[in-house]
Amino acid sequence: MTPSRTYSRPFIALIIVLIICFFGNISLGSVQIPFQDVFNSLIGNSDHESWQYIIQNYRLPKAFTAILVGSGLGISGLLMQTLFRNPLAGPFVLGISSGASLGVALVILGSGLFGGVLASVLISKWTVVIAASVGSFLVLLAVMIVSSRVRDTMAILIIGLMFGSITAAVVSVLSYFSSAEQLQQYIFWGFGSLGNLSWNELLIFFVIYCFGILMTITSIKALNTFLLGENYAKSLGLNIKQSRFIIIIATSLLAGTITAFAGPIAFIGLAIPHMTRQIFNTSNHKILLPAVFLFGAIVMLICDSIAQLPTSDYTLPINAITSLIGAPVVIWLLVRQRKMIF
Amino acid sequence: MTHKDQHIILKTEDLSIGYQSKKTKTIVASHINLELNKGELIGLVGANGIGKSTFLRTLTNVQNTISGEIQIHNKNLSDFSSNELAKTMSLVLTEPIASKNLSVFELVALGRQPYTNWVGNLTATDVAIINRALEQTNIVELKSKNCFELSDGQLQKVMIARALAQDTDLIILDEPTTHLDMYHKAYILKLLQRLVKETQKTILFSSHEIDLAIQLCDTMIVMTKEHIVSDTPNNLISNGTFEVLFPNDLIAFDKNTKSFRVKK
Repeated sequence: MTPSRTYSRPFIALIIVLIICFFGNISLGSVQIPFQDVFNSLIGNSDHESWQYIIQNYRLPKAFTAILVGSGLGISGLLMQTLFRNPLAGPFVLGISSGASLGVALVILGSGLFGGVLASVLISKWTVVIAASVGSFLVLLAVMIVSSRVRDTMAILIIGLMFGSITAAVVSVLSYFSSAEQLQQYIFWGFGSLGNLSWNELLIFFVIYCFGILMTITSIKALNTFLLGENYAKSLGLNIKQSRFIIIIATSLLAGTITAFAGPIAFIGLAIPHMTRQIFNTSNHKILLPAVFLFGAIVMLICDSIAQLPTSDYTLPINAITSLIGAPVVIWLLVRQRKMIF
Repeated sequence: MTHKDQHIILKTEDLSIGYQSKKTKTIVASHINLELNKGELIGLVGANGIGKSTFLRTLTNVQNTISGEIQIHNKNLSDFSSNELAKTMSLVLTEPIASKNLSVFELVALGRQPYTNWVGNLTATDVAIINRALEQTNIVELKSKNCFELSDGQLQKVMIARALAQDTDLIILDEPTTHLDMYHKAYILKLLQRLVKETQKTILFSSHEIDLAIQLCDTMIVMTKEHIVSDTPNNLISNGTFEVLFPNDLIAFDKNTKSFRVKK
């Protein structure tokens, strides 16, 4: 499907905005660094060693994480909305974030409950990442096994939601038996965080992210065919089962890694595809996919800059900011266009 | 192979259709022996619930046969790969398309999916075929409109253009005239008749517009509880097939006007 309109201008504008947001993001933080020094630090030419350290080892990886998280969540949200033909679908409808929550809850909250061995394990960042990965993988696997027995795509959506409820219930039970300290630790994980990744972790994140994006790119044709509905897609020779599988795996890779490294970041995955459709006024995935990538990255960079509360020592939970900023924007776009483009 | 065989696009041999689950088998119709010829407009009529949809779903490989065979170009339907079938048969369904936020051109272009590369890029040939389909269905001026801006009649033309762009020998439409007013019902069926003449494709559609179908079709397939017959409209009228189509307490077929009349 070739777009009947040209979109080069909005794309150039978005790329420029992305670059501005990127530099804006690394210029802002609890420590004030003049822009000239930010630039010098980037090319490793700064006179202030501490500034250079902050820029190179804290702000730069954080900005890259924001780009990967925002674009990855936006794209996986788009994939799920197209696959389920449901505007309320997001990256987590298949139980990925509830699985991750369960994994993390078992490690943080369960350590008191089970005592002994688990309690002695130091709850490091890697423990949380692995717990989140294993949890989301297992719940996703359960959803997929049950889903393979139903023919209707919509049923997968409901099955995903049901598994989400089950894990939420288990987390509630674990919370009930936990200490205030453990609860706080768990809740802090739930706030989401972009700033915890070292360059090595970022590299692992990036490699998995690339696999997800590659699978998404190979699905562009299938995604556009899905716009007609499954029966038409089948009549056009599309292998529905295989395409659906690839789309679900791509979503899992993207949303799963993001949740493992940055926590369950809400809202972005649901909202970014809607913002993009309202602004670009199309459903063609050849246009939507790069546009969602750029929008997701930009919005996440802006949200992160705000969450840092520049010049102050506090950092607000990123999860709160994404919704505070994003929700009014989506509402405004819907009201302005007077109709939802889906 | 006789000369006649070369003109047969689709053939059913002792076909039985219906639903089959592990425990039960519901046969909707059996002993169906039909031939669809090249360059014919074929109307499928029958009362509600007689199994028209089941028949079309079986012909289009959405549903499995209970027994018997369906052959397209002398090849078993089950032997077609999905992409091969997509190049042989295109569909216009009753269900609405999932997203109407596509331009008319983009939607018609989706008909080229079986021919395009992995990312769906259109070649010059593809674009030429799409433009020809737009011209044949008189919707060139709608090209860059979005589908949600279209009326039901316009959207139906777009869906037909999409099927044309798929460039298949056989086009099957499931009740293409539902939701349309009297003028547009006639318009769509007349369009199908013209397309058959211009392109020598075979077009099969199911419809409740028996009066229009009698006037426009080359062949009609009539489904009744007892049997399924296919013949020219005139032969079907003279051997009284339409009289047994519906219960005879309310309406009756009038041979002179070739239409149904409400009983006084």
